[in-house]
Amino acid sequence: MSKETNSKELDAELFISSSLRVGVYLSAVVIAIGLILLFVTGRSGYQTDQFPTTVGEVLSGTIYLKPSAITSLGLLLLIATPVFRVAASVLLFLFEKDYLYTVITLIVLCILIISFMLGKAV
Amino acid sequence: MHTGLSVMIFAFSLVAGFLGALLGLGGGIIIIPALTLALGVPIHEAIGASIVSVIATSSGAAIAYVRDKITNIRIGMFLETATTLGAITGAFIAGLISTKLLSIIFALLLLYSASAMFKKRHSELPTGVKEHPLAERLHLSSEYYDKALKENVEYKVSGIYPGYGVMYGAGVISGLLGIGSGVFKVLGMDVFMKLPMKVSTATSNFMIGVTAAASAGVYFSRGDINPLVAGPVALGVLVGARVGTKIMERLNNQTLRLIFIPILIYIALEMLLKG
Repeated sequence: MSKETNSKELDAELFISSSLRVGVYLSAVVIAIGLILLFVTGRSGYQTDQFPTTVGEVLSGTIYLKPSAITSLGLLLLIATPVFRVAASVLLFLFEKDYLYTVITLIVLCILIISFMLGKAV
Repeated sequence: MHTGLSVMIFAFSLVAGFLGALLGLGGGIIIIPALTLALGVPIHEAIGASIVSVIATSSGAAIAYVRDKITNIRIGMFLETATTLGAITGAFIAGLISTKLLSIIFALLLLYSASAMFKKRHSELPTGVKEHPLAERLHLSSEYYDKALKENVEYKVSGIYPGYGVMYGAGVISGLLGIGSGVFKVLGMDVFMKLPMKVSTATSNFMIGVTAAASAGVYFSRGDINPLVAGPVALGVLVGARVGTKIMERLNNQTLRLIFIPILIYIALEMLLKG
């Protein structure tokens, strides 16, 4: 019994650690590419003190390889990482049939989504 | 362009990420003064960058802490229901309540906790902890391998209700004031729930990213997250946090607490001044 739960917990921890690693490394690489492009070309792709502030602007700027847009894309990926981690945990607990923690993580995910929507409204 | 400035921001962020990973804080106490006072970055961009710093510290450190089971993910997930709800409450009551009064109340609470922590400065691990029945139902008590003690440490969880209350308060305060969410999380787990210090800082680290991500969208659309500032911050913090996790796992719980107490007093005084 205890052995079984131990191996299950180990899986859960490795899974969450890996999902965080993917998000962190991916965003770090994208941010680094944006900054290197900025230093090499010497321009941000926008006027001084200007940068994209919506997801749409970030994506369209990235297509045109604007250094500031690429860096912002990396930052958005970084910001999304904890949310991605919570969403991955919901699936993980569901998969493990740990319904108590499926509900707990689902509550966290819902509150996060609500706070994102509230943030837009404010 | 300003390559020199970016390198300076990167260097400060290394330190912030290192300390943040060690102590379970977001690094805002280093990032904000370093950017505004030393480098002349506008305050709103410094705050935006510190939100990014919190997320980078949290995710960067959690890769190692979660894998090595120092983070208690069940405690983290359970308490996140309180911190995120608190953060929303904070956003709602902003403007309704005097932040001055709140700052003073929380500063006094921090000073009280500093003395409580100082009293147990000689205890390496919590002893004689009675497990709370709810902790048993939620499978919160756990164990981890301590690289400093070179032994497996089993621990029990108590004080669920006061701990949950402190987490809710930590969420409210970070939603309202934008600072100190990490400190209160560490305190709630160390002082009330009686977890080993390492588990408290690592689990706090795990949680602060989620709380910060909830408010990051607002800062982004408001134009507070300048890629030229927040980009170097993110990279510096990520590298610093990775180094911090390697050092923290080899430190004693007592040493960690001794590093934490002066920072606690510093934050308390800063909040008192704000009030």
